Amino acid sequence: MIKVNQLKKSFGKNEVLKGVDLEIDGSGVFAVLGPNGSGKTTIIKSILGMVLPDSGQILIDNKPIDKQWAYRKHIDYLPQIARFPENLTVNELIKMVKDIRGQQGNESRLIELFELEPYLNSRLRNLSGGTRQKVNLVLCFMFDNRLIVLDEPTVGLDPVAMIRLKQLIKDERSNGKTIMITTHIMDVVEELADTIIFLLEGKIYFKGSLQDMYAITNEVKLERSIASILEKYTETQKIKTQQADG
Amino acid sequence: MGKIFKFSFFDLIRSRWSYIYFIFFAVSTTSLLYLSSDLSRAIVSLMNIVLLLCPLIGTMFGVMYYYNSREFTELLLAQPIKRTSIFLGQYLGLAVSLSISFVLGIGIPFLFYGAIASSELMGFLTLIFVGVILTFIFIGLAFIIALKNENRIKGFGLAIVLWLFMAVIYDGLFLLSLFAFEDYPMDKFSLVMILFNPIDLCRILVMLKLDISALLGYTGAVFNKFFGTSLGMAIAMSCAMVWVAVPAFSLVQISKKKDF
Repeated sequence: MIKVNQLKKSFGKNEVLKGVDLEIDGSGVFAVLGPNGSGKTTIIKSILGMVLPDSGQILIDNKPIDKQWAYRKHIDYLPQIARFPENLTVNELIKMVKDIRGQQGNESRLIELFELEPYLNSRLRNLSGGTRQKVNLVLCFMFDNRLIVLDEPTVGLDPVAMIRLKQLIKDERSNGKTIMITTHIMDVVEELADTIIFLLEGKIYFKGSLQDMYAITNEVKLERSIASILEKYTETQKIKTQQADG
Repeated sequence: MGKIFKFSFFDLIRSRWSYIYFIFFAVSTTSLLYLSSDLSRAIVSLMNIVLLLCPLIGTMFGVMYYYNSREFTELLLAQPIKRTSIFLGQYLGLAVSLSISFVLGIGIPFLFYGAIASSELMGFLTLIFVGVILTFIFIGLAFIIALKNENRIKGFGLAIVLWLFMAVIYDGLFLLSLFAFEDYPMDKFSLVMILFNPIDLCRILVMLKLDISALLGYTGAVFNKFFGTSLGMAIAMSCAMVWVAVPAFSLVQISKKKDF
């Protein structure tokens, strides 16, 4: 469904993606992990056409996406930061996004789930960060599209909302959807992810299931196994520089 | 584009800044009209306010609006719409809502004063035209500055410098160069210099319409002598339109190549 070939992108001198090859096919939850600045958000934004790659190709349903926009009809996206036009009310915002997409949305079930009824007629500037994130989730999940892209969905959520979000993701997965998610909360990954895509230094370092990752690193917790990959990586880097110096 | 325009317009028209801007113009127009008790003089005083304030508010609101809606723009970029529609829609939404505040703020007092029946109706309409044009031009330029600068402080700084340059420094440099090269014929040079500053262009437009030769100044006099009143008006008007079109076109081009 999504195919990324040799994707490269730099911002100024900072080479963020150094030739990423990635294939995401079939339903399930794909967690994109990696240390800060490893290019998680850049990959997601490239797929959505917000970041324009220097070279390489992205295909969605076997069609290249460059300079296209209609393909985004099939993608539901949750941005990392939830900020909206300040003087609109929640209701108006929901109406606006439906209008822009030209799709029917089923928001009432989500409004109930995240207990947003009291805020429907409040202006967005008066809402707290957590409530805005819930609105953000409603805007993303109210459409019924095959591909869902979530960039840090748990930011600012209270435990109750967090549990409901996880359930929501599980439901969508059992509906046969493809879900791409980036997060720093390892619990979420361990609970939900079918496939892990681990980015390091602008390349895909590992792609496989949680069990494979544990097996490679001889660990039983995701946090530990990621730490062990990073430690191993810094050691090899050190040896390389020593060799280069010597 | 229509959808984005509609929503950003409705968002902005309800912001308290739109009301403050409206009230400011309503109060200053009313007081100027009743203090000067002469329409033509009131228009000239208002012109000086409009020529400074419309560009200033346009640039400031332009950068502020772009930076404030930066995250929401990212959400819009992920929707099935063209980039061109997003940025043109936001630009028009802001420009139209500010222009409405301005036109109502200045227009309502004039209507009550009886501008329609007076001989200065065309002068008054030119003033409104000039204010709207300057709003569009400077919002366009502000969007370009904001698109080019991720750093908000730098963006705001550049926007202020742009305004200061166009509103104040440009004329100073112009006068200096006239003094420095007073032995040479400067007519054509001044003509060109005027076309490169939309604020000067708009000032001359109002002056030509009001036909106040004493206030035309050197540049205006040259302009008037060279083109005559009606041709001069036509040329100044079309240059002002070019000044609207070029920033609007460039901001679309820049947005197409930008990473968000």
